Amino acid sequence: MRAADVPYEKITAKTFPKGPDSLASGHRACQGCGEVLALRLLLKSLGTDFIAVSATGCMEVCTSTFPQSSWRVPWLHVAFENAAAVASGVEQACQVLRKKGKLPDKRIPVVAVAGDGGTADIGLQALSGALERYHQDFIYVCLDNEAYMNTGIQRSSATPFGASTTTSPAGSHSKGQHTWKKNMPAIAAAHGIPYVATASPAFHLDLMNKIRRAAAIEGPAYLHVYAPCPTGWRMKPELAVESSRLVVNSRIFPLYEVLDGHYVLNRKVDNPIPITDYLKQQGRFRHLKPEDIEIIQARVNQEYENIVKLSEAFPV
Amino acid sequence: MAVKPIGIEVSLAVAEAVKLCDTDVVAAYPITPQTHIVEHLSELVADGELNAAYIPVESEHSAMSSCIGSSAAGARTFTATSSQGLALMNEMIYIAPVLRTPIVLAVANRALSAPINIWNDHSDIMSVRDAGWIAVFAENGQEALDLTIMSFRIGEHPAVRLPVSLNIDGFTLSHFIEPIIIPEKEKVTAFLPPNVTDLKLDIAKPISIGLLANPETYTEIRKATDDILLASKDTIVEVFAEFKKAFGREYNLVETYRTEDAEIILLTMGSISETAMTAVDEMREAGEKVGVVRIRLWRPFPVAELKAALAKAKTVAVIDRHMVMGVPNGPVGLEVKSLLYGAPNAPKVFNYVLGLGGRDVKRSDFKTIVARSKSNDVQKSFEIVGVYE
Amino acid sequence: MMADKPDALLKVKDMPAGFQAKAGSTVEFKTGDWRSSRPVLDREKCIYCGFCYIYCPDGVYQDQGPEEKWYKADLDFCKGCGVCANECPKKCIEMVLEEV
Repeated sequence: MRAADVPYEKITAKTFPKGPDSLASGHRACQGCGEVLALRLLLKSLGTDFIAVSATGCMEVCTSTFPQSSWRVPWLHVAFENAAAVASGVEQACQVLRKKGKLPDKRIPVVAVAGDGGTADIGLQALSGALERYHQDFIYVCLDNEAYMNTGIQRSSATPFGASTTTSPAGSHSKGQHTWKKNMPAIAAAHGIPYVATASPAFHLDLMNKIRRAAAIEGPAYLHVYAPCPTGWRMKPELAVESSRLVVNSRIFPLYEVLDGHYVLNRKVDNPIPITDYLKQQGRFRHLKPEDIEIIQARVNQEYENIVKLSEAFPV
Repeated sequence: MAVKPIGIEVSLAVAEAVKLCDTDVVAAYPITPQTHIVEHLSELVADGELNAAYIPVESEHSAMSSCIGSSAAGARTFTATSSQGLALMNEMIYIAPVLRTPIVLAVANRALSAPINIWNDHSDIMSVRDAGWIAVFAENGQEALDLTIMSFRIGEHPAVRLPVSLNIDGFTLSHFIEPIIIPEKEKVTAFLPPNVTDLKLDIAKPISIGLLANPETYTEIRKATDDILLASKDTIVEVFAEFKKAFGREYNLVETYRTEDAEIILLTMGSISETAMTAVDEMREAGEKVGVVRIRLWRPFPVAELKAALAKAKTVAVIDRHMVMGVPNGPVGLEVKSLLYGAPNAPKVFNYVLGLGGRDVKRSDFKTIVARSKSNDVQKSFEIVGVYE
Repeated sequence: MMADKPDALLKVKDMPAGFQAKAGSTVEFKTGDWRSSRPVLDREKCIYCGFCYIYCPDGVYQDQGPEEKWYKADLDFCKGCGVCANECPKKCIEMVLEEV
């Protein structure tokens, strides 16, 4: 069956799950953490019949200080760079134990969760291996807060151009990060997997339905989720959701899906807000001059246009 | 009716043992000289002889990561590696025991780079000797097969739940064709109970594994793991005894050869022990009172058994297959000196490194060692045998 | 002589196998004392849209059932980030400074 045709139970505003969260309160995420919000919504969407694997990072440390855990589903953390490999082992174990009748004969999604450093940098090899091996019940979620926040806001390859971090500081000879954000969804899609999607917590139903779709489709899925970090971005904590809305509405972070190589632009942004509305909320961009912002705007236009063109050239 | 030995390559025999154990998951990455083990396993899976998932991972780091995931999900899990592969696994090797994942890892022991060298010594396994794994060394092909079966039984035992490394000398053991008895499947199934545990990822009974521990819990978690490792010795003895009952072959933590009246004891691990025994026979003919003590169980270190085996000797010549840089001792030499320190009437301990990077270990090497060990010069208690200076 | 207060939380012998943890047990860890201001809801203006419930990073808001058309904040866990107040379409949640 084509990935686009695989049925799944969609959440609507009316059917929004009201039961207990799969991620318990009492976790130690910072005030206004957009990453833990995205995680909470993703887990809530899947319910309880899945297994989670975390990479080392903010979401791992803030949910699992021994002897307490926030995870209400079976959860395993091993190390930083290998969430995809660990999840591969869990997934293959479940498959074979099912086949041998040692587990009930039903699919168990295995969800690997990592940050942008654990995905785009140190975990890229393990992720590529797992996607290429085409595990049937494998979902990889990158929660992208655009730097190594857990270790103190160091730049990663997912840090956007111009952002000041503790290892790409703005200075008299530097505009902050001088490279463009690595395009992880494109790298994931290049593996020819059935499902790749981007999502942002402000668009919560879109986010929650994407992980349901990922779980329904047989074969590996990659979700790239925007995850605002008030602490690392030097932003007011109450703006976590707002920034995750502005980033989409300014075309900086388009919401789209890639189903068997066919592109769907989920949210067409016809009248984008100026990117400055988004950038000005965050201290990490404070040093940027109008000419820097022009450079960023041109890149945003080009990347958004690329997705539009792909969705026209390869429609579902 | 007794089963007759067949001629089979040791690597293949290990793979056959993994099959007899109904292993659920194998995750592996190719590296010489371990490859024959996993090649044969993937054939067994491809031919439907082994109902397992074979995960062809993209690195040894991912091999061990996948094994930890698979074992934590309750599957019987096996992998194999050598040298650089084990070095790349290093980070994961330290995690598996504390998470209590009873993976069985066959190491076809090979020298570590640099310089790159594919041949046998023990530098790979010695680099992870303190990680918390049970470690056994096989001397010959039959041992390699038997210890594979026993490693699952020991590691998965409810009182243990620890990973086990089975060390097979690369090429000099792994690639030899030897007469080996392949046990009957029914007997292995009867000997090896199903892998059952509550410490696993189960959607019916969710738990969290692999948490962050702060200073107020880290020490106790590490100590609890070490206590389990030390106590596993009792289970290992028990499993060896039950194996003898089921299959008739006797295994001990430490083996002795012609040590009753031996004044000088050669202390060995792994396949060179066979050469050492041949050399001892020849030296005995010449009137030397020499014997061999072989360590089969390297971790947990068999302190009491080794002390007993060395009690009557005047001199112990400890053979190491790994050079520790920056200190004049090999790893086994250090352990034995520490073991005997302060003991009344402790034998003199000499420590020799030989057979690095596949350099041939000859009977004459052991004769040289015995001759050197007659010296009273403490300054000469450590030597790299045969180094061309 | 009095023994020093142990630096450890659990004895070695009481350590759970594989130092596992019970699912969802952070509910024993109250994060409410991080807060410097609390959300106060004006129930008159509330339209029961659920955005406070949906967008709370800490899962603080609880549905009060179909009869009670509002969500109640569990202040044991509220860190006072103010996302709920910022996202409320009716602006009926006010962040009020905690008295010290």
